[in-house]
Amino acid sequence: MPLTLFWFFAIVMLVGGLAVVSLRNPVAAALAMVSSFVGLAGLFIGLNAYFVGVMQILVYAGAIMVLFLFIIMLLDLKTEEKQAPKVVPLVGGLGIVLAFTIQLFGILGKVPNKESTPIDYQAASEHYAPISKSVSERLADGQLPDVNLVGDVIFKGYNLPLQIVGVLLLVATVGVVVLSKRQTI
Amino acid sequence: MASLHSYLLVSGLLFAIGFAGVVLRRNIIVVFMCLELMLSAANLTLVAFSRFNGKNGLPDYDGQMLVFFVITVAAAEVAVGLAIIVALYRARQTIHTDELTSMKG
Repeated sequence: MPLTLFWFFAIVMLVGGLAVVSLRNPVAAALAMVSSFVGLAGLFIGLNAYFVGVMQILVYAGAIMVLFLFIIMLLDLKTEEKQAPKVVPLVGGLGIVLAFTIQLFGILGKVPNKESTPIDYQAASEHYAPISKSVSERLADGQLPDVNLVGDVIFKGYNLPLQIVGVLLLVATVGVVVLSKRQTI
Repeated sequence: MASLHSYLLVSGLLFAIGFAGVVLRRNIIVVFMCLELMLSAANLTLVAFSRFNGKNGLPDYDGQMLVFFVITVAAAEVAVGLAIIVALYRARQTIHTDELTSMKG
């Protein structure tokens, strides 16, 4: 991804995140979060993770955001009235965040930096030749069949975790139904 | 082209922003949104490492698998968490963390 596009999406993401933290109106915070996630999806697509980027938009900016807005409107929340911020939590919180950021820079100095290498379509095509003919041909053409490759890994290498995650979603659904039923006892 | 360090820096900053929100905000729904921001920051780190440590000339798709599982678990967490918030609001008529002190010693 060109450097200008990277910084554009990164700044959209970070400004959206800052707006979530600083805006007082919960609806405005939710909408700021959508812009933050759109910037994040742009970064994913710049990293050649097209499927993850599309999922980010569909799941987060679509489903989860609607859920948040729905709950905010259901509870009929008002804008937070301005309260004098308490000093101890404010200083403590900002101190922890500052310590984290300083640590981040310290760790970044130790991680070996890498420049992005272009995708080697020839090697990938040869690797996939015995597995799938169509994927191999598309790779040889210089296309990246992202969904095919993700599906290949997820269903061959991560089949059991995938089933377990399905059960987790079922448990969450049942749990939500039980929680939102009005207790009559 | 952006290097690995710039992706790690940006995702670390997003994590710090989300963390600040969790510590500083008092509206429990906004705290929840900031938790989502922190999860997404971790996702960005995973995808960046998967792209920069390629396998067979392609991104390492094992990293992206972890991202899918994180997204799924986050979706389940949001559903359950918001149901808990609605139940809490029914019981107490407030979602401000300052006013929820019944478990305070």
